[in-house]
Amino acid sequence: MSRLSVELPGLHLKNPVMPASGCFGFGREYSQFFNLDILGAIMIKATTPEPRFGNPTPRVAETSSGMLNAIGLQNPGLEKVISEELAWLGGYDVPIIANVAGSQITDYVKVASDISKVPNVKALELNISCPNVKEGGIAFGTVPEVAKEVTKAVKEVSSVPVYVKLSPNVSNIVEMAKAVEEGGADGLTMINTLVGMRLDLKTGKPILSNRTGGLSGPAIKPVALRMIYEVSQQVSIPIIGMGGIATAEDVIEFFYAGASAVAVGTANFVDPFVCPTIIEELPKLLDELGFDHISECTGRSWKQNEAVTNYRP
Amino acid sequence: MKVLTHKELAPSIFELTLQGELVSEMKQPGQFVQVKTTEGAEPLLRRPISISSYNSSEKQFTMIYRAEGKGTTLLSQRKQAEAVDILGPLGNGFPVHEAKEGETALLVGGGIGVPPLYQLSQMLVANGVRVIHVLGFQTKSAIFYEKEFSELGDTHIATVDGSYGTKGFVTTVIDKLEQEFATIFSCGPTPMLKALEAGYGEKRLYLSLEERMGCGIGACFACVCHTGDDPTGFSYKKVCSDGPVFRAGEVIL
Ligand SMILES: Cc1cc2nc3c(=O)[nH]c(=O)nc-3n(C[C@H](O)[C@H](O)[C@H](O)COP(=O)(O)OP(=O)(O)OC[C@H]3O[C@@H](n4cnc5c(N)ncnc54)[C@H](O)[C@@H]3O)c2cc1C
Ligand SMILES: Cc1cc2nc3c(=O)[nH]c(=O)nc-3n(C[C@H](O)[C@H](O)[C@H](O)COP(=O)(O)O)c2cc1C
Ligand code: FES
Repeated sequence: MSRLSVELPGLHLKNPVMPASGCFGFGREYSQFFNLDILGAIMIKATTPEPRFGNPTPRVAETSSGMLNAIGLQNPGLEKVISEELAWLGGYDVPIIANVAGSQITDYVKVASDISKVPNVKALELNISCPNVKEGGIAFGTVPEVAKEVTKAVKEVSSVPVYVKLSPNVSNIVEMAKAVEEGGADGLTMINTLVGMRLDLKTGKPILSNRTGGLSGPAIKPVALRMIYEVSQQVSIPIIGMGGIATAEDVIEFFYAGASAVAVGTANFVDPFVCPTIIEELPKLLDELGFDHISECTGRSWKQNEAVTNYRP
Repeated sequence: MKVLTHKELAPSIFELTLQGELVSEMKQPGQFVQVKTTEGAEPLLRRPISISSYNSSEKQFTMIYRAEGKGTTLLSQRKQAEAVDILGPLGNGFPVHEAKEGETALLVGGGIGVPPLYQLSQMLVANGVRVIHVLGFQTKSAIFYEKEFSELGDTHIATVDGSYGTKGFVTTVIDKLEQEFATIFSCGPTPMLKALEAGYGEKRLYLSLEERMGCGIGACFACVCHTGDDPTGFSYKKVCSDGPVFRAGEVIL
C-alpha cells in the first residue's frame, strides 16, 4: 500500500483518498458499510461553536450530473462534536481533518482552538466558503484580505496545521490562494460548491427553500480541475482536491492538475462504497499508467513541459 | 438485483419485482430502498421507493412507483432479467406489533403512498389483527391493488373527482366509518398526514413521511425535521434513518 501513501503537513496518509466534509457525516453511517480504517483521512462535517439546525427543507435538488444542497451547516455544536463524535472516531486508526465554520472570526478562533487539541484531529480545514449561511461564511471566502485575516487568527490558536477551503465563487482564485498562503495556511482544499439554483416547473418558484444552494458532483469537476491547475502553479503549499470525484481515473486527473491528495463528496451518496472502491482501483491504474508512486502524478499537467525543456541527455 | 417482473398496473404506475440476496435483510413493512435508475451520472441521485411487499424465502421484493420525472421514467424501461442497483433496506418502518391480536387497525394510503401498506396489511392479518383499508386516489384509472387489499380486509376507495368509490379524500371516508379502531397506519402526501394528525391524533397513529433525500442513510442532513417536543430548537430527526415512519407528534410535519 506504500505506493499510495502521502505525507502532508500534519497528515501521514495511508492513501490520498478521504471523504469530503458534509458528505460523510461523522462517519457513523458509513461504518456500517466498511471499516473506516482503510480511508486516508476523514473530513468531518462543519463544526460551529453553538449547535445549528440549518435551513428548512427541501435542502437538496438534483441537477444535470450534479446536485444542489443548502443544508446550512447543521451540526450539534463544538462541545458535542468533541465529546461524542470525535470520541467515537477515536476508536479508528484514521486521521481526522476537522472542518471549522462560523459567522465571525471569533467563532473560527473558538472552534479551531478547542477542536485542534483533540488527539485524533491532525489538521483543520477552515471553511470560509460555505455558500449556505446568511452571515459571514462566503464573505470570508471571497475577499482576499478578510480570508488572510481569518487564516492568521486561526493559525495563532491552532495546535495542528491549517488547510483553508477555497470557494470557487470568485473571479480570481489565485489571488485568494495567495492571500491565505500569506496568512500562514499550511495547505489548501478546493473546491467548495458553486452557487446555483433550480426552479420548480409547476410553481415557478425555487426548489430549495433557501432559494440558492451549492452545486456539487461530476458537473463541477472541470471547474475544480481548472482552478487546481491554476493555483498549484502559483503557491508552494499542497492542495487536497475535490469536486465531482467518483473514480480512480478522476483521482489521477486531479493529481495531474496539481493535487497531492483528494476528497470524495457527493459520490458517497450514489455509492456508499465509492471510497474503498477507488482505493482498491488506484494501484492497478498506477500500473497501467506506468507510475511507481501516486505522488509522481502531482502537477504533471504543467510539470511535464518543464521536465522536457530541462531534459539534457 | 435482477428484474423478475415489471408491469404497468395503471397509467404510469409500475409494479417491479426484483430478486436478490438483499431481501434477507428486509425485516419490517414501511422500509424503503434507494434505487439507482441508470448507470452513470445522469440522473445522479438514487430515488427513494418504498418496499411494497417482500418474500424472504423466494428472495423477492416488489415496489410500486409512479413514473413521473427523469429517474422513475428511466426505471420504467428496465426489462426482465436486467440488473437494478438497489441500496437498502433503509429506515425504520411500521411497528407491526403495536396492533394487538383481536384489535382493528385502520390503514390509510394516499396515491403512491398506498404500496407499503400492502406488506403491513399482510403481516397484521397474519398476527390476527383485523384490518380496514382506506385508499385515496385522484381518479378511477389511477387505482391499483384494490383486489389485493380486499382479500385482506374491508377496503374503501375515495377518488378526488368522484369517478369511483366515495368522492373526496380519505378523511371523507374515515369520518363516516362505523367500525372502531385503535391504531392507524398511514402513508401519503403531507396534507393527508396533517389532516389525520389533526382529526385522529388521539389514536395510536403512525405516519410515513416523504422528504427530498441526498444519501438516504443519515449522513447528509438533507431530510431533517424538527421534533414535536422541541419545535423550533436544535433537536431533529432524519426522515431517512430515524423514519420514514414516525408516531404522530414525534416530528413536525
Ligand atoms: C421514504 C420514501 C418512500 C417513497 N416511496 C415511494 C413509492 O413507493 N412509490 C413512488 O412512486 N414514490 C415513492 N416516493 C417518492 C419518490 O421518491 C419520488 O417520486 C421520486 O424520487 C421522483 O423521482 P423522479 O425521477 O420521478 O423525479 P425527478 O423530478 O427527476 O426527481 C428529482 C429529484 O427530486 C427528488 N424527488 C422528487 N419528488 C420527490 C418526492 N415526492 N419525494 C422525495 N423525493 C422526491 C428525486 O428523488 C430526485 O432527487 C417515496 C419517497 C420517499 C422519501
Ligand atoms: C450535502 C453536502 C454538504 C456539504 N457540507 C459541507 C460542509 O459542512 N463543509 C464544507 O466545507 N463543505 C461541505 N460540502 C462541500 C463538499 O465538501 C465538497 O467540497 C463539494 O461537494 C465538492 O465535492 P463533490 O463534488 O465530490 O461533492 C458539502 C457538500 C454537500 C453535497
Ligand atoms: S437523506 Fe441524507 S440524511 Fe437523510
